[in-house]
Amino acid sequence: MNKLKIVLNGIIRNNPTFVLVLGMCPTLGTTTSAANGMGMGLATMSVLIMSNFFISLIKNIVPDKVRIPAFIVVIASFVTVIQMLMQAFVPDLYATLGVFIPLIVVNCIILGRAEAFASKNTPFDSLLDGLGIGLGFTLSLTTIGSVREILGSGAIFGYSLGIADKMPLIFVLAPGAFMVLGYLMVLFNKFVKK
Amino acid sequence: MELSYFAIIIGAIFVNNVVLSQFLGICPFLGVSSKVETSLGMGAAVTFVMAISSVVTWLIQQMLVSFHIEYMQTIVFILVIAALVQMVEIILKKLSPSLYQALGIFLPLITTNCAVLGVAILTIQKNFNLLQSVTYSVSIAIGFGLALVLFAGIRERLEFEDVPAAFKGVPVALITASILAMAFMGFSGLV
Repeated sequence: MNKLKIVLNGIIRNNPTFVLVLGMCPTLGTTTSAANGMGMGLATMSVLIMSNFFISLIKNIVPDKVRIPAFIVVIASFVTVIQMLMQAFVPDLYATLGVFIPLIVVNCIILGRAEAFASKNTPFDSLLDGLGIGLGFTLSLTTIGSVREILGSGAIFGYSLGIADKMPLIFVLAPGAFMVLGYLMVLFNKFVKK
Repeated sequence: MELSYFAIIIGAIFVNNVVLSQFLGICPFLGVSSKVETSLGMGAAVTFVMAISSVVTWLIQQMLVSFHIEYMQTIVFILVIAALVQMVEIILKKLSPSLYQALGIFLPLITTNCAVLGVAILTIQKNFNLLQSVTYSVSIAIGFGLALVLFAGIRERLEFEDVPAAFKGVPVALITASILAMAFMGFSGLV
C-alpha cells in the first residue's frame, strides 16, 4: 500500500509540472503534439528511474562533498545511453526533440529527485519514486501536447479530426505553449489542488 | 553554413529569441525576473559565462572529434560548464570584488541554466567557426537578458493588479510570457 502511495504521490500531489513547476523548458519546447510530448516524457522517465535507482545504490559510497558532481555524472551517463538508443530506434522522434534530449541532464526534476528522494531512501523506493514522478511528467506533457495539437492543428496523436483549416496555428507556435500551460495550470489550481 | 555576422546577431537576439521561441532558460526567466535590477544582473552574468563557455566548449568539441568520442559530448560539456562557473566565481572574487558583488549570487544558478548547455550544443550543431560561435553565444545571451528585463518590467506592474486567486504566481506569468512571445513573433522573417 505504502509503495503504491509513492507512485501516486508523483502523479498528482507532487506533479512535477503543475505543482512543483520544474522542468519547464522541455515542457514548453517539446509539446507541439501529443506524440512529441509523450516521447519526451517517456525519455525523461527512463533517465529518472535509472538515475534514481543507481544514485540510491551508491549513496553510501559517495562522500558528501562531491555528491552533486557525482550525481550529475551518473545522470549524464544515462542521458547519453537514452540518446544513443533513441538515435538508433526512433530517429524521427530524436530529430524532432533535438537539443532537448541532451538537455535532460539539466532538467531540475532529475537532480531534484536525486537530492530530495534517492539520496535518503532505499533503491526500490527510489525506483518507484522515479516511476511516479516520471509518469506524472509524461501525463502532463501528453495533456499539454494533446491540447496544443487539437487547438493548433486539429488532430490528436497524428489522426486528423477534419477541422484543421479552422484551427488557429498559433497554438503549435511559441506563444501557444506559454498560453496553454498557463491556462491548464489555472484549471489545475482551481479543481485539483484543493 | 555561410551566415553574415549581422544575420547571426539579429537572428539570435530577436527572431529566434532564446527564451521566447526556443524555450531555453525558462527557470531563471520565471524565477529571477520579478525586479528589473536583478534581471539586469542575471543577464550580465549569463552573457559573461556564455561568452567564455562558447570558446571552451568549441575547443573541446574539436578535441572530442579528433579522438572520435563525440558521444561523450553531453557528459563532458556539463562537467566543463559546471567547473567553469566555479572557476569564474573564484577568479572574479579575487580579481574584481565589485563585479563579484554585482554578479556573485547569480553565478551558482547558471550551472543549472539549460540555456548555457543548450547554446553550447546548438553552436556545435550549426557548424560555426570559433568567431561565429562567440558572436552567436553573446547575442543569445543578450536576447536572454532583453527578454528577462522586458518581462520583469511587466511583472513589476502586474504586482499591483488584482489577479484572481487561481491565476496568481506562475500561471499569470506564463500568460504574460505568451503575449510577449506573440510580440516577438513580429520579428519573424526578418533574417
